[in-house]
Amino acid sequence: MMFVPGNNPGMMADAHIYGPDSIMLDLEDSVTMAEKDAARLLVYNALKTIDYGDTEMVVRINPLNTPYGKKDVEAVVKAGVDVIRMPKTETADEVRELEAEIIKVEEELGCVGRTQIMAAIESALGIVNAYEIATASKRMMGIALGAEDYTANLKTPRTPEGSELLLARETIVVAARAAGIACFDTVYSNLDDMETFRKEVELIKNLGFDGKSIINPRQIQVVNEVFAPKQKDIDKALRIIAAIKEAREKGSGVIAVNGKMVDRPVVLRAERVIALAVASGILNEEELS
Amino acid sequence: MEVKNAVAGTLESGDIMIQIGPGEGLQVELQSSVAAQFGRQIKSVITETLEGLGISDAYVKATDKGALDCTIRARVTAAAVRATGKDVWK
Repeated sequence: MMFVPGNNPGMMADAHIYGPDSIMLDLEDSVTMAEKDAARLLVYNALKTIDYGDTEMVVRINPLNTPYGKKDVEAVVKAGVDVIRMPKTETADEVRELEAEIIKVEEELGCVGRTQIMAAIESALGIVNAYEIATASKRMMGIALGAEDYTANLKTPRTPEGSELLLARETIVVAARAAGIACFDTVYSNLDDMETFRKEVELIKNLGFDGKSIINPRQIQVVNEVFAPKQKDIDKALRIIAAIKEAREKGSGVIAVNGKMVDRPVVLRAERVIALAVASGILNEEELS
Repeated sequence: MEVKNAVAGTLESGDIMIQIGPGEGLQVELQSSVAAQFGRQIKSVITETLEGLGISDAYVKATDKGALDCTIRARVTAAAVRATGKDVWK
């Protein structure tokens, strides 16, 4: 998910060219108070006009307790955004308040249920309430960590190894999995240190995150490389899927592939490898059927 | 509708700066490196956007840096809202 400032039309027009899975147009922290009205109009017109293809379009709105939040909701729902990202979410009630605002606009447009919600968790209270936030609405499609505000709230600096974020990251993954929704990791801001960035992406992939927030197109390739499954893992997953299919056809129970028992968790992991390979463009869905 | 002096947009690449003020009829002064190719289109987006907002008297100075039509509409609307106080979302 690539962050793009909502008051920069040049970046907004070009963002999808680099092929991110999802683009987040930002009306919050990257826009000054004096430009909130202009950025809202810019994001509205861009969403209505620019063909972003299959790229998922997300807008980070201002908090609802500011003079801008409700107007942001109205504008982006009218523009047909896929997902509204709610910043600094601390309680499930805040998600329900956002949902009520979305419903008001959707009812006016006759499209109730169209807009999804992603909650960014950026404080200790938000982490404590992560599961309640993740399950606050049927519109919740994911939760994300906002590490800069979170570490400020914890009264700790952000370190390259990220030990101060471990509990928050694991809590977010567990809450998302328990709720059956997606989870996204925070941004890494130092564009000159791609080595530490790669290590961070490897870490969060192993923790179970579905994706990484990025601030520059240069970071896309690293995320794709880390998240794309390796060929040996794809081959193994394909063997497992083929073996389980054959076993089902024969009515067999537990089976073994290469001498190792294959049970349900193994099949689920193999299916995720295949899904990631398809998403990364390594495997073609038609070839699988 | 009374139009005060207001500005929206920037001089960054891909943007357009719209300066709007009182005038008689819609007068648009355009400065753009692509004026020869797209000047008529840019002016037409500016006047259509203002007319859509019910503004028929204004002077506009537009400094274009290669803005798309949707950016021009957004910046003209922002300048017009700032100049008139009109709420465009209702």
